[in-house]
Amino acid sequence: MKKLLLAASMAAMMAAPAQAADYVIDTQGAHAFVQFKISHLGYSWLYGRFNTFSGDFSYDAAKLTDAKIQLTIDTASVDSNHAERDKHLRSADFLNVSKHPKATFVSTKVVPKAGEAFDLYGNLTLNGVTKEVIIAAEKLGEGKDPWGGYRAGFAGTTTLTLKDFAINTDLGPASATVQLDLTVEGIRQ
Amino acid sequence: MLKNSQSRYGMVSIVVHWLVAATVFGLFAVGFWMVDLSYYSSWYRTAPHWHKSVGMLLAMVMLFRLLWRFISPPPAPVASHKSWERLTAVVVQLALYLGITLLVITGYLISTEDGRPVQVFGWFDVPALGQLFNNQADIAGVIHEYTAYTLISLAVLHGLAAVKHHVIDKDATLKRMFGRKP
Repeated sequence: MKKLLLAASMAAMMAAPAQAADYVIDTQGAHAFVQFKISHLGYSWLYGRFNTFSGDFSYDAAKLTDAKIQLTIDTASVDSNHAERDKHLRSADFLNVSKHPKATFVSTKVVPKAGEAFDLYGNLTLNGVTKEVIIAAEKLGEGKDPWGGYRAGFAGTTTLTLKDFAINTDLGPASATVQLDLTVEGIRQ
Repeated sequence: MLKNSQSRYGMVSIVVHWLVAATVFGLFAVGFWMVDLSYYSSWYRTAPHWHKSVGMLLAMVMLFRLLWRFISPPPAPVASHKSWERLTAVVVQLALYLGITLLVITGYLISTEDGRPVQVFGWFDVPALGQLFNNQADIAGVIHEYTAYTLISLAVLHGLAAVKHHVIDKDATLKRMFGRKP
């Protein structure tokens, strides 16, 4: 019965009308990562990530400038491998997640660079503040996967100034900015 | 006299009472202050470490205190206390015990969600039970905060009531807690 239900729901999903986006980011299989690193006192890196997010993108290698992506991040899912620190990061001192549970990125334009690299412009909304950011991105690869699907993967990085997003807690001069690293693998729909 | 008698508190109960009282007010003050410390404050790491260490030691003292009530029950209420006063005193004292217990438990739950133990002054570790429920550190943190404010209000009420008995009623309530004869 369970299998039947599963098959039926899968069939229903496949029969659903084609979505505007060509690719859905593979969060189901966790082949996508929203990570960050920030200097600790200027002496080392602190790494963290957001565990819960979703998004989709449209992409055609022949028309890179038409590519679009949107990503929604559940800010409460911040994980720096330390529960007490994560509690602090969720508080009003940093991400203020009870007031701003979502962070979003919506691309506005793509500027191709050499090879597979491109600049991805878009609006990032974080902690209730929306600001344009430029993500230095590149395509990592695309092609058929071993299970009958088609995938494309990208990596991108950008540096955010915490104060720009109204995160005013002073972590010291070396820690005024945070580097955001995104890796997304999409499954073509 | 270490043990309590029918009419007097013994040394053990008296010392533990004042020790807990000083600790509770101290922990409250430190807790209130430390949550707003800036990252570069020299106390940023030390204050929470001491707060947790003292909290865990307080838990042990409270366990001993509970045990001691069975070994040496407290004296009878002061004879002149009215029945509503006796009832109120018992209810507030019970609430104080519960408040301290809840604070110790929630404090422990904040620090141990990710499986890290609570280090007590580097003397020994209180092992973690890990995550017992979702959103543990945040929920425990909110309960910890509100319980702290409630406890300190009740403790002030408890103290004012003792002073009232001493100054206005002129009975032995407060004197007994200093080991004086009734």
